[in-house]
Amino acid sequence: MKTKYLHVHRLRRVYVWELPVRYYHWLNALAIIALIITGFLIASPLALQSREEATMRFTMGWVRVIHFIAAYIFFFNFLFRLYWGFVGNKYASWRQFIPTSKKFIKEMWTVFKIDILMLRGKEHISVGHNAMAGFIYFLTFWAFLVQCLTGFGLYAAMGTWWLPKMFAWVPPVFGGDILTRQIHHWSMWFFILFAVIHVYLVFYHDYIEGRGEISSMGGGWKFIEEEVFQDEEHHTPNKPTN
Amino acid sequence: MFNELDQTKQPTYYEEVERKGYNRRDFLQFVSMMTAFIGLENSAVGQVAKALETKPRVPVIWLHFQECTCCSESFIRSSHPMVADILLDKISLDYTETLMAASGFQAEEAMQNTMKKYKGEYILCVEGSVPMGADGVYCMIGGKTSLQILQEAAENAKAIIAWGSCASNGCVQAAKPNPTKATPIHKLIKGKPIIKVPGCPPIGEVMAGVIVHLVAFDRIPELDALGRPKAFYSKRVHDTCYRRPFYDAGLYVESFDDENAKKGYCLYKVGCKGPTTYNACGVMKWNNGTSFPIQSGHGCIGCSEENYWDNGRLYERASSFAGFGIEANADDFGKVALGVTGAALAGHAVMTNIRKKKLITSLEDEGKQSEHELKS
Repeated sequence: MKTKYLHVHRLRRVYVWELPVRYYHWLNALAIIALIITGFLIASPLALQSREEATMRFTMGWVRVIHFIAAYIFFFNFLFRLYWGFVGNKYASWRQFIPTSKKFIKEMWTVFKIDILMLRGKEHISVGHNAMAGFIYFLTFWAFLVQCLTGFGLYAAMGTWWLPKMFAWVPPVFGGDILTRQIHHWSMWFFILFAVIHVYLVFYHDYIEGRGEISSMGGGWKFIEEEVFQDEEHHTPNKPTN
Repeated sequence: MFNELDQTKQPTYYEEVERKGYNRRDFLQFVSMMTAFIGLENSAVGQVAKALETKPRVPVIWLHFQECTCCSESFIRSSHPMVADILLDKISLDYTETLMAASGFQAEEAMQNTMKKYKGEYILCVEGSVPMGADGVYCMIGGKTSLQILQEAAENAKAIIAWGSCASNGCVQAAKPNPTKATPIHKLIKGKPIIKVPGCPPIGEVMAGVIVHLVAFDRIPELDALGRPKAFYSKRVHDTCYRRPFYDAGLYVESFDDENAKKGYCLYKVGCKGPTTYNACGVMKWNNGTSFPIQSGHGCIGCSEENYWDNGRLYERASSFAGFGIEANADDFGKVALGVTGAALAGHAVMTNIRKKKLITSLEDEGKQSEHELKS
C-alpha cells in the first residue's frame, strides 16, 4: 500500500440535521410509505372472499382509515417542516431550497456536471444539501402541496371537520372529483420515483465522500475534513444573513 | 298554448291543477313530495303550497340545441303525474321544439311574443350544447345559429336552467376532439343566474324540484361551486349507495358474470364512478323510484360529471393519462418510468465506479490506513 503518499484527513463532527429535522424525515418517510401502499390498495383493491356478512367486515374501511390518518400526519409534518425552515439551523433553512442567487444556480450546474454527468473536475463539498438536492426538495414540496390539495379536496365532501372542508374548493377547479382523483394518483408516482433516486443518492454520496451521509439522518452528524474549516471552501448555497 | 298568451292574467299553478281534474289531496301530496325532494323541512310544505296556489305560472322558454332530448324524456316521466301535467304540459311552456304543437313561423312567433310580453320574467331552459365550430352551422333552427337563438333568449331571461350534461358541461359531443366545438351554456352567457342540472339525463324529480323551487321561492336554489343545486348534487352516489357496506368490507365484483356480481357486491372494481360522481341517484332513483344503474348491476358511469367521457374508461378504475390516448394508464407510465429510473441509476452506479475510481480508492486506502494504525 502506497501509504507514504496518502494524506490521512482529520475529520470534525458537524451537527447537520437537528432532532426535529430527523423526526420530520422519518415521520414523512413512514407516512409516505403508508400512503403509497394504502393508496394502491384503494385504487385497485385486492380480490377478497368472505362468508361473513358485509357489515361484519371493514377491510377497505381500515385501508382508508390508515390512508386518512397518514394523510393528516403527512400534512401537519409538512407544515412543521415549513416552520422549521425559518427557525432551524442553517442546513434546515428555507434558503437551502430556493434558487435565489447566482451562487445557488452555479452550484447546481457543478453538481450536474460532477455528480450526474460524471465529468472530470474538482470535487465539491456540501455539508448540508447540495444545491441540486435542495432544489429537488423544493420541487417535492410542490408535490406535497398538490397531494394535500387534491387529497383533502377529495376528502372534504365527507369530512366533518373545518380543516378538510377548507379544501372543498379544489375539485371544482378541475371540474369535479374525477380529474382531481387522477391528479392525486399521477402525482403519487413522483413520490415513488423520488424515493428510489433519493435512497440511491444517499448511498452514492456516502460511497464517494465517506462523510457519513447515510447515518447522518440517524444521529444528525456528518464528518467533515479539517481543511474544509480552514479553507472555507464548502458550499452553503445561500449564506444566511443572520 | 297561443291563446293563453293573449290572456291578461296567467292562471296559478293550483288553478291549472284543478282544471286538469286533480283534487286538493293530489295537489298537497305533490307539494309534500316536492318539498321533501328540494330538501326543505316539513314546515316549508305550507309555503310551497301557498306559492303554487297564489303565484301565476312562470312563463318558460325551453330551447333544444345539440342534444338527444333525454332530459325532456326524463322530465315527462318523473314519478308524480302532476310534474308533467303542471310543470310541462301546463307550465306555460311557451316554446319548446319537441313538445309544442305549433311549428315554423307560428312557433317562432310564439317565442318572440313570450320574450316581449314577459321581458325579464321568463325562465330560459336550455337542453343541449351550443356548437361554436364553423360559425355555428352544425345546429341551426329557423335560419339562426344556436348561439344567436341563445343570446337572444337569454338577454331578457330571469334565470337560465342548463338541463343535462350537454348544457352544463358539453357531454359526449364535447369529447375530444370535439369536432363541432360543442360548448356549455355557462361559457357563452355571462351575467345571468345559471342553474346547472347535469346528468345524462338528470333525474326527472330533480328537474321538477328545481322548477318548483324557482316558482315557490322566487329565487334560484342554493348552488355549489360548480353551479349545481346543493339539494341534489352535494352527495356522492357512492356515499348514498346501498352497496356501500360491500365497498367498506372489501367485497367487490371482479367481473360482470362472476359469483360476486350475483351476490350484489360493490361494483367499484368494474369501473363504478360512484365515488367521484355527485348526484341523487342513490336516494331518488329512477322510474318512480324503481331502481338506478347500480341497483341494476351496472356501475355508475359518472354521467353528471364534467368530462366523464374523456376522463378514463367506463369499466375500469385505472386512471387514464390525458394526452396519451384513452388506452394509456397512469400506472403503466409509472412502471415504465420506474424501470427507466432503475436502469439509469444502475448505469450511474457503474459509471461512478469507473469515473470516480481514484477518489474511491483513495478513500478506501485512507480507511485501511486508519485500520492499521489502530492498535487492537
